[in-house]
Amino acid sequence: MKKLLILGAGTAGTMVANRMARLLDQTEWQITIVDQHETHYYQPGLLFIPFGMYSKNDVVKPKRDFIPAGVEFIMSPVDVIEPEHNRVKLVKDGRYLNYDFLVIATGTRTHPEQTPGLHEHEWFKSIYDFYTIEGAVALAKHLRTWQGGRLVLNVVENPIKCPVAPLEFIMLADWFFHEQGLRNRVELIYATPLPGAFTKPIASKHLGDILDRKGVKIEPEFLLMEVQPDAKKIVSYDEREIAYDLLVTVPVNMGDESIARSGLGDELNYVQVDKHTFVSPKHANIFALGDAAALPTSKAGSVAHFAVDCFSENFLRYVDGLEMLPTFDGHANCFIESGFGKGLLIDFNYEVEPLPGHYPLPGVGPFTLLQESEANHWGKLMFRWMYWNILLKGQEMPLPARMSMAGKWGK
Amino acid sequence: MATKTIAGKTVQVNDEGFMTNPSEWSKEIAVEIAKEEGIAELTANHWKIVDFCRQAGANGGKAPTLRQITTSTGVSTKEMFALFPKGPAKKVARVSGLGKPEGCV
Ligand SMILES: Cc1cc2nc3c(=O)[nH]c(=O)nc-3n(C[C@H](O)[C@H](O)[C@H](O)COP(=O)(O)OP(=O)(O)OC[C@H]3O[C@@H](n4cnc5c(N)ncnc54)[C@H](O)[C@@H]3O)c2cc1C
Repeated sequence: MKKLLILGAGTAGTMVANRMARLLDQTEWQITIVDQHETHYYQPGLLFIPFGMYSKNDVVKPKRDFIPAGVEFIMSPVDVIEPEHNRVKLVKDGRYLNYDFLVIATGTRTHPEQTPGLHEHEWFKSIYDFYTIEGAVALAKHLRTWQGGRLVLNVVENPIKCPVAPLEFIMLADWFFHEQGLRNRVELIYATPLPGAFTKPIASKHLGDILDRKGVKIEPEFLLMEVQPDAKKIVSYDEREIAYDLLVTVPVNMGDESIARSGLGDELNYVQVDKHTFVSPKHANIFALGDAAALPTSKAGSVAHFAVDCFSENFLRYVDGLEMLPTFDGHANCFIESGFGKGLLIDFNYEVEPLPGHYPLPGVGPFTLLQESEANHWGKLMFRWMYWNILLKGQEMPLPARMSMAGKWGK
Repeated sequence: MATKTIAGKTVQVNDEGFMTNPSEWSKEIAVEIAKEEGIAELTANHWKIVDFCRQAGANGGKAPTLRQITTSTGVSTKEMFALFPKGPAKKVARVSGLGKPEGCV
C-alpha cells in the first residue's frame, strides 16, 4: 500500500482528503489525515459574529463529519516532520507515521503575544480580535452594550489570511452602528501597514473611495510597534500615536511551529513550494496547500479550493511518473461584505490585479466585480452553505480553477 | 518603461521610481537614491542592510520583506526605522535597486 499523509483537517486538508479518496484506488492507497482539534470552524463566518449576524453555532461542525469513509483520521498535534526518513512524529504517544507522499495543510493562526502590550491585562476588555472564535464571541458581547467612542482597527503585519476581512469588518461596523443609532457617536479608524485600503492599486482605489464615503478614516503605512493598554493608544515604529476606546486587532499571522521545528519554514513558518505545482523544492514527495504555503497570493479559502483542483489533477500525473503541469495561477476570488445588505467581489491571480466587471458570466454576472451590489451580499451568505455542502466534500464547483479575463474592464 | 539618469548612468525605472533591472545597480547609484530618500549618508550599518538585500535579491529575485531583513540580519525593526525612516523595507529596496517588496497579497 502506498501512503498519502495529510497534516491538518481544515479547509484545504479536508478538501484534499475527499478529492483523493475519490480519485485514488483504495486498494492501492492508504490515506491518513491528522488534526489536533475536533471542531471545524467556518472561518469566514467569524466576521459576522461580532455584529450579532451569526452565533457560534452557525460556524462550527465536527471535523469527523467531513472525513470520507476509508480515510483514517488521527486526532493529535503534529510534533515534527522528518523528511529524510519520510515520516511524521505525533505528540500523542510519540507515534510515528510513515508516508510516501505528504501534504502539509496546517494553515496559519494569529499570534497576539508577538506584539508588546497587546495580549496583556486589557485583552478582551478593551482589545479584541475577530480571527478566533473566542475573540469574535467576546467582541460581540462587548459591542452589545458599547456606548460609542473611537474604534480603531489595526492590522499588525502582513501577510494575513483573508486580507479583505479587516475592510469588511470596518464596513460592517459602520452599518452596525447606524442600525444601533450610534453612528454619530462612533469614530472609525483603520490603521494598516499598507499604503492604502488594499494590496493592489486599482482595488485599493475603489475600496478607499468606498471607505471614504462611509466616513472611515484610513491611517496608512502604520507599522505597529506597541500597544499601551493603560493609556489606550497604539504606537507605530515611526512614532505616530493613535488613541482608542476600543481596539480591534488582526495580530501577526504565522504558520504552525511544527513547520519551524521540521526546518521547512520561512521566517513566518510558511512552507516554501513551487507556486504552480505546490511541490517542495527540497523534497520531491512533500507538498503544501492552503494558508500553510508560502505563495504570493491571498491566503483564502477560495484560493485553497482552486489550489486543490489544480493539485489533484497534477498529483495523479505525478504518481504515474508524468511531469506536473504548471496549472495553478494564484487565482483568488473573494466576496467583500460592505454593509447595508451589499457586497463587492474581487477576482485576481499572480499576474492580474482585481479589475471591475462581471463574474462569472461576462457582461451578465450575476456578481459585480469591484462594485457594491446586493447580489454579492447574497453570494457571500450563500457561500456558507456551499462551504459545508460542496467545497469541504471536495465536490467540483461550476467555476473554472484558473482565472478568466472575460467580462473584465482593462485599465 | 521609463529611464532615469542616476549618478551619471541611465537606468530603467518603473513609475514609482524603483529600478527594474538590478544588474544596472551600482554603489554610486545607491548613494544617490538614498539622498532622494532623505538619507544624507550611507553608513556601515546602512550598507550591511543593503548588502543583505542585494544578496537576497540575487537569490530570490525579489526584495526581502521587513521581517525577512530583521530575522536574517539581527537588526531590530526599531533600528531599521532609524536607518531608513518611514517604510524601511520599501526604502532599502529602492536603494538596493530592487523592486517593491511583495510582502502582501
Ligand atoms: C475572519 C476570517 C474571515 C475569512 N473570510 C474568508 C472569505 O470570505 N473567503 C475566503 O475564501 N476565505 C476567508 N477566510 C480564510 C479561510 O478561512 C482560510 O484561508 C482557510 O480556512 C485556509 O484553509 P487551510 O486548510 O489552509 O487552514 P485551516 O482551515 O486554518 O486549517 C488548518 C488546520 O491545521 C490544523 N493544525 C495546525 N497545526 C497543527 C498541528 N501541529 N498538529 C495538528 N493539526 C494542526 C488546525 O487545527 C486546523 O484544523 C477567512 C478567515 C478568517 C479568519
